[in-house]
Amino acid sequence: MPIESPFHPQTAKRCKSLRWKDWSGYYAVCAYDTYAEREYFALRHSAGLMDVTPLYKYDVCGADAEDFLTHVMARDIRKLADGQVSYCCWCDEAGKLLDDGTVWRFSKDRFRVTAAEPCLAWFFENAHGFEVSLSDVTDRIATASLQGPTSRDILKQACGGKIEGLRFFRMTPVSIDGFEAIVTRTGYTGDLGFEIWVDNEHAPRLWDVLSEAGKPYGLLPTGLDALDVARVEAGFIMNGVDYYSANHCLIESRKSTPYESGLGWTVHLDREPFIGQSALRAEKYRGPDRRFVGLEIDWDEFEALFAKHRLPPEVCSAAWRDPKPIYNLKGQHVGHATSGAWSPTLKKNLALATVQASHAKIGAELRFEVTVEYVRHTVKAVVVKKPFFDPERKRA
Amino acid sequence: MSTSNRYDVIVIGGGHNGLICAAYLAKAGRKVLVLERRHVLGGAAVTEELYPGFKFSVCSYVVSLFRPHIIRDLELAKHGFDLIPLECSHLPLPDGDSLCRWADAHETRREIARFSARDAEIYPEFGLAMSKLSHFVKAMIDSPAPDPASLNPRELANLLRLGGQLKELGPDLMHLQMRLLTMSAVDFLDLWFESDILKAPMSVSGIIGTFLGVRSPGTAYVLLHHYMGEIDGAFRSWGFSRGGTGQVSMACARAAQSYGAEIRTECSVDRVLLKNASACGVVLENGDEIFAQTVVSGVDPQRTFFGFVGEENLDPEFAAQIRRYKLRGSSAKVNYAVDKLPMFGRTENDLHLRGDIAIAPSIAYLEKAYDQAKYGDFSDRPYLNIVIPSLVDPTVAPPGKHIVSCFVQYAPYKIKEGPEHWPKRSDALGDTVTDTIEEYCPGFRDSILFRQVLTPWDLEQEFGLTEGNIFHGELSQEQLLFQRPAAGWARYRTPISNLWMCGSGTHPGGGIMGAPGELAAKTMLGGGGV
Repeated sequence: MPIESPFHPQTAKRCKSLRWKDWSGYYAVCAYDTYAEREYFALRHSAGLMDVTPLYKYDVCGADAEDFLTHVMARDIRKLADGQVSYCCWCDEAGKLLDDGTVWRFSKDRFRVTAAEPCLAWFFENAHGFEVSLSDVTDRIATASLQGPTSRDILKQACGGKIEGLRFFRMTPVSIDGFEAIVTRTGYTGDLGFEIWVDNEHAPRLWDVLSEAGKPYGLLPTGLDALDVARVEAGFIMNGVDYYSANHCLIESRKSTPYESGLGWTVHLDREPFIGQSALRAEKYRGPDRRFVGLEIDWDEFEALFAKHRLPPEVCSAAWRDPKPIYNLKGQHVGHATSGAWSPTLKKNLALATVQASHAKIGAELRFEVTVEYVRHTVKAVVVKKPFFDPERKRA
Repeated sequence: MSTSNRYDVIVIGGGHNGLICAAYLAKAGRKVLVLERRHVLGGAAVTEELYPGFKFSVCSYVVSLFRPHIIRDLELAKHGFDLIPLECSHLPLPDGDSLCRWADAHETRREIARFSARDAEIYPEFGLAMSKLSHFVKAMIDSPAPDPASLNPRELANLLRLGGQLKELGPDLMHLQMRLLTMSAVDFLDLWFESDILKAPMSVSGIIGTFLGVRSPGTAYVLLHHYMGEIDGAFRSWGFSRGGTGQVSMACARAAQSYGAEIRTECSVDRVLLKNASACGVVLENGDEIFAQTVVSGVDPQRTFFGFVGEENLDPEFAAQIRRYKLRGSSAKVNYAVDKLPMFGRTENDLHLRGDIAIAPSIAYLEKAYDQAKYGDFSDRPYLNIVIPSLVDPTVAPPGKHIVSCFVQYAPYKIKEGPEHWPKRSDALGDTVTDTIEEYCPGFRDSILFRQVLTPWDLEQEFGLTEGNIFHGELSQEQLLFQRPAAGWARYRTPISNLWMCGSGTHPGGGIMGAPGELAAKTMLGGGGV
C-alpha cells in the first residue's frame, strides 16, 4: 500500500478526480480533474505545481565525497562548481545503465544525489576505500516542482528576489515564510522551472505559500498525466519506461548503455577510472548498436487511415507508454517506441524510440505501428531532433 | 529589405488569409509582396496593447476552424502559433442560476438535467448527429467550391463525390441535413430539445455575424460550424490563441517571411493598376506604383471591386451582383481591462470562466434584441459572447488583472440616424454592454480600468470591414459555396484578369480558418494564375 507524502493533506483536498497512482510507494496524483488537459496547458502557459517527493534523495558527505561520486558517476563530478546541479547517469561494470538523476554540489565534501530508483546499496558497495557517509533522506525531504513560464514570478513572490538570477541547473538556499528551503532550477518539463526542497514538516506550508503566490499567475496543481506529455515534448528518457535499469533485467538485450540511450553527452571517458569506464570506452569506439531517437509520426498518413473509416483521427489525450514496434521501409523490425504523446503545443504526434543505429540519423524514415478499427497498420515516422520542444525561457 | 517594385504577386491586406495566401505562394517560389494599410498585421485577427500591460484580441477573439493542415504545411507552431482550448460554455441566468456545458459529458448531463432531464439525455445524441453532418461540410470547406453549372468532367466528378458523401449519410441524416439548410436555428433545435435555457445559448451560433434572428429561416445551417471546431485535427472545441489572435496572424507572417515573402505595413493601396482591363500592379495612396504579374485581394469583395478596381471597369451585371452581396454588419465589440474577475453567478472557483460566457438567457431575449436591430437601433439588452483569455494566458494581462472581451449583437451598421452617426452612439453602446454585464456581475462597473468600444462603423473605418461585417459578407446560404461572393466567381478568380481574391468573402468564408487564403493560393498555383 502506498504511503502519503508530506504534501498529501494539500493535494488530497484538491484532487477532485480521486485519480491517484503509486509512484515509488507514495500516492501520486494523476490528474486533479477528470482531464489533465487544463494542467498541461498550465505547465506550458502559466505554471503547474507538482508533488515530486517520491524521487529518491541521498546525501553524500565526507572528505572523499567528490572522489566517490566521480568514481560512481559516468560524469566527471569534479567539474562541478559549488551550487551547481548536474544531470548524470551511472552504470554497472559492463557499462549498462543503472539509473539517471541529478548530483548537486554544496561543497567539495557535501553533495546530494537524486535518483528514480533506490540505489543506496549500490553506492555502499562501491564506497569501499572512500571516506564518505551516505544517507537516504528520501523520507525526510519533501519536494515541490514549480514549472512553467510564470514559475519564476511566483517563486519571487514566495521567497523574494534571491532566485531572480538563479541560472539553469544551479541551486540556492532560500527562506520561505520563515523556514529554510533549497531551490534548484531543475525539472522534468523542459521548460522554465524550479524544484523546492524542504524538511517534511514545512511541506504543507510550502504548498500553501506557493499556491497563494501563484493565484495571480495562473498556477494550478498538476499531476503526473500532464507531466508525462511535457516530458515527452522535452524528449527526456525515463527509467522503467524507455530503458530498464540493468539491475532488473533478466536478459541482456533489455539492458542499455548511455550511448544507446542518448545520454552519451553525460559520459566523461578520459579521466581516472570510474565504474563501467572500459566497457563504455570500447562501446564509444565501436559505436552503439542502437540509439534513442525522437520520432515524428506522419499526420497525413495517420489521418488517412481513419478517413477510410470516415472517422476523425484519434489521438490519446494522455501520453502513452505501451511499447510499439518500429519497422524499416522493408517491413523489418528495427526497434521499438517506448513512449509518446500528441503534442498540443507543437501540433505533432511524437514518440521516443530505440532503433538500430543505422536507422537513427535525423531525417531517417521508419514505419510506426498504429491500430485503427482493430486492424494493425504502419505509418511513416521520421527521426527528428530532440528535444522536440525547447523554449528559450528554459535557460533564460 | 528589398525595395523592388516588381513582384510576381502583390497581396492586398495583411489579414490572416492574405498572409497565408502569401506564405503558400512564396513557398512555391513566387516573389510575393504583402501590403497592409495599418501599422499592425492581422486584419481582424490582431492583438494590440491598447492599455499598458493589456494585450487585446481587438476583433476576433477565438479560433475554431483553423485548418490543421495549414499549421503543418506552413510549420506555424514553430512560428508561434499556440492554442489553448476553451473549456466550457457558461450561461448565467438573471435569477442567479446558471448552466455550464463542459467537456466532461457526465457533468454536462447533470447540468442540463437541472432544467430538463430529457434534454440532458438527448444532448449527446444531438452532438453525434451534428458531428456526422459536419463531416460532410468539412469535405466542402477543404476544397474549392463545387461548380454545379460546369460540364467539365472533373467538376462533375467532384460533385458526384460530394453527392456520394451525402448519400452515405443515410436517409435520416440526409433529411436532417436538408432541414438544417432551410430551418431557423430555433426550429431546428425544437426538433430535439424542450428547454429554452439550453436552446437559447445553442441557437446563437446560428446568428453570429448575420443580420438575422434565431427564428429566421436558414440560420440552422450555421449551427454546424460549432460542431466543426477543430483543434489538433480532432473534432473538438474552440481555442484561445496565446498572446491574442494577432499571434495567429504573426505566425502566418513569420512563415511567409521565412519563405521569402516581403511584408510592408502602413502601406495603403489606393487602387489596382489596370492595363488593357488586366491587373498589373497597385497604386499606393502616396502615388507610388508597384508592379506585379498578379494581384490578390484579401479585403472584402465590395471594397475590392468598388474601392480598388472601380465600377467603371466592371461588367454591369457583375457589379450588380457585388452590390447585392450582403455585408450588413450586425455586431460590435467591447473590450475591457478589469482589476477584478467578474464571476457570472458562480463563486466556488473560476473554472466556469475558462470558456465562453453567453448572455442569452432566453429565446425571447434574443428575438427582442433582433427586433430592435430590424428598426435601426442597437439592442438595449444585446446578446453577448464573453471571453476572459487572461485566465489561461498570463501573457495578455498583468498578474491578477483580466481582459474581458465581449462580442455584441445586435449593433446594426445601418442605425436609423445613419451609420456615420455611430461615433455619437458609441459610448451609449458601451454603457449598454457594461450595464448588461453589471446585472449578472454586480460590481463589474467599478472594476473597469479601460474600455474600448468598436461599433460597426469603427470596424469599417479602422479595419476596412465594409459595413462592419466581421465575415466579409454574411454566411447565409445564398452567399456560400459556388455563390461566394458571386455566382460563377467562387474560385478566387475575378472578371478582371490577373486579379484574384483570397479573403473571407470567398469560399468557404469567415472566421479564423485560413482556408480561403490557402485554397486561393493553391488554385492560383494549379490554374496558371501565377
